[in-house]
Amino acid sequence: MFQTIKQAVNTSTKSLLANKARSFLTMLGIIIGVGAVIVIISVGAGAQSLILAQVKSLGTNIVGILPGNSGEDGPPASAMGIVITTLTYEDVMALKLKKNVPNVEEVLAYSTAAATLEWGTHSTEGTVSGCTVGYLDVEGGEIAKGRFFTSDEERNLSKVVILGSEVKDELFGESDAVGQKIKIKKNSFEVIGIMEERGTVAFQNYDDKILVPIYTVQKLIAGVNHVSMARIKIDSPDNTDRAIEDIKITLRERHDITNQDGKDDDFTVRSAAQALDMITTVTDALKYFLAAMAALSLFVGGIGIMNIMLVSVTERTREIGLRKAIGAKNKNIMNQFLLEAIAVTSLGGVIGILGGFVLSYIIAVVAQVLGYDWEFLVSPLSIILGVGVSTTIGIIFGIYPAKKASQLEPVEALRYE
Amino acid sequence: MLLHIENLIKEFVNDEIVTRVLHGVSFSIKEGEFISIMGPSGSGKSTLMHILGMLDKASEGRFVFDGRDVMTLTDDELAVMRNEKIGFVFQSFNLLSRTTVLDNVKLPLTYSKDKTDINDRAKNVLESVGLGHRLDYYTNQISGGEKQRVAIARALVNNPSIIFADEPTGNLDSKSGIQVMEILQKLNAQGNTIILVTHETFTAEHAQRIIKIKDGLIESDSKVKNPRVAHYGDALK
Repeated sequence: MFQTIKQAVNTSTKSLLANKARSFLTMLGIIIGVGAVIVIISVGAGAQSLILAQVKSLGTNIVGILPGNSGEDGPPASAMGIVITTLTYEDVMALKLKKNVPNVEEVLAYSTAAATLEWGTHSTEGTVSGCTVGYLDVEGGEIAKGRFFTSDEERNLSKVVILGSEVKDELFGESDAVGQKIKIKKNSFEVIGIMEERGTVAFQNYDDKILVPIYTVQKLIAGVNHVSMARIKIDSPDNTDRAIEDIKITLRERHDITNQDGKDDDFTVRSAAQALDMITTVTDALKYFLAAMAALSLFVGGIGIMNIMLVSVTERTREIGLRKAIGAKNKNIMNQFLLEAIAVTSLGGVIGILGGFVLSYIIAVVAQVLGYDWEFLVSPLSIILGVGVSTTIGIIFGIYPAKKASQLEPVEALRYE
Repeated sequence: MLLHIENLIKEFVNDEIVTRVLHGVSFSIKEGEFISIMGPSGSGKSTLMHILGMLDKASEGRFVFDGRDVMTLTDDELAVMRNEKIGFVFQSFNLLSRTTVLDNVKLPLTYSKDKTDINDRAKNVLESVGLGHRLDYYTNQISGGEKQRVAIARALVNNPSIIFADEPTGNLDSKSGIQVMEILQKLNAQGNTIILVTHETFTAEHAQRIIKIKDGLIESDSKVKNPRVAHYGDALK
């Protein structure tokens, strides 16, 4: 048995080496297919670990509130850019009260508006984030220079602004910004603080923030009364579910909503974990779609193998006849051609795995250079999958040509010209 | 009696049209005989050789080889018989390209049960046909005569009971042809049974007995009074 296999392996290797270019081209379909599978699995895992890290860095004890209702998994309408005005500053402040939400630690309300910032002859476009004093506590981040605004300034229409490091650089360059006056929508604002550089966390760039007290934005810049988004910090991640319920009850009471099953809610409350689930659902769907495409290319590669094997059987009809004449049994011929097909696909599979790893590694390195917290993840499962799938393809697509070869009549085969 | 056929009939069926190629052929071959089967093309001599060599199956009749009823053997059993009992030499050599002389000769051994000393056995037969110096040559690097001697070595390597040579000199120049015939005669002198298929009277007369086939029947079966002796200097040591 062992001898038979060893001999078949020798013969197969010889015939593959005899047609190097053809063998390689045949393999290419499998190489690309397996490589794609490996890259998709590895990059998918890397992207998911990145998202997970981002959400974790954001804090799993943060609950987000958006105006407008939404289904269980879908995003609320306000996330699509539709303006809903049902959520107010007072709503958010009511959530800060321990009697309403016992587990609350801090709240943060946002009201945003696009605006142009001017300093002398310099100007830059940006989104002005009107926020509450809870910003630093909820979002995190450090003041690099100057100070944040106070709760008095939050309420008394103070024209003060804290700039993200990027905005500061764009507007002031190397010059000192704290204490300077800038113009936003014809109002003069005093720069009272610069944020420490922080980069992108959870897909949010913190360095292009322009932070202004929420009242000031509502009255002087945006001319609105509603809050576009709120974030609530809970004392512990374990209490998120309870806090979410408390928040919902409080808001329903304030909005005179009697239906407690959530159908009539004019707001959406989600924890970071739920948001993560949503993102994972989307990335998973994407991953499976790409994997299906890769599987398709493996299938096409398999057809290529079958095609070449059939050509090879025809080309070597006389050889098959001779082998039979000197004593090869049908199963010897069958094994020889099947092993050839498996050798092509397995070798293609191994090259595909290596290529896939190299590509995934490059992607990981590039992502890391770009500043993402991207891990290079290789699962042993993907190796087993790659080898297993390519070998299986060899067997499936090799069996028909091999069978055909083994069933040639020795006389017919020897006569073949 | 090494081989015995009786009333052997072979029919080919193509699109429901039955063509009878052998119309009932009978003869016996004893061990150690050197026989030529002659006949014009289309006479059925090749078909007969294929059946005797177990590459093809007879449609009807009796075929006993070495005491075994060949008509009842399965494909695998026939493969074992071809491997152990029969050696073939073809007109067009049928060597594997991109393969060394030694590996070509080893090929039958790789399909046999006894795989001991494969290398040595193959080397020994190659030396016996005067190709000891060509072991590692590829088959496209040697001459036609040498190719046919490799083929003979391959036929011999399993110590077969009988050697079939199908027009072995057909693709060779006369000198190489003589050399091949000399080897076959020498093998016969050593006790090997040889069946030579040819359409050339000159070549056929190197055997001790000639069976002439015509239209699927035996036309004559006679001894050769003075078989020709092939002589090519000292090509064989």
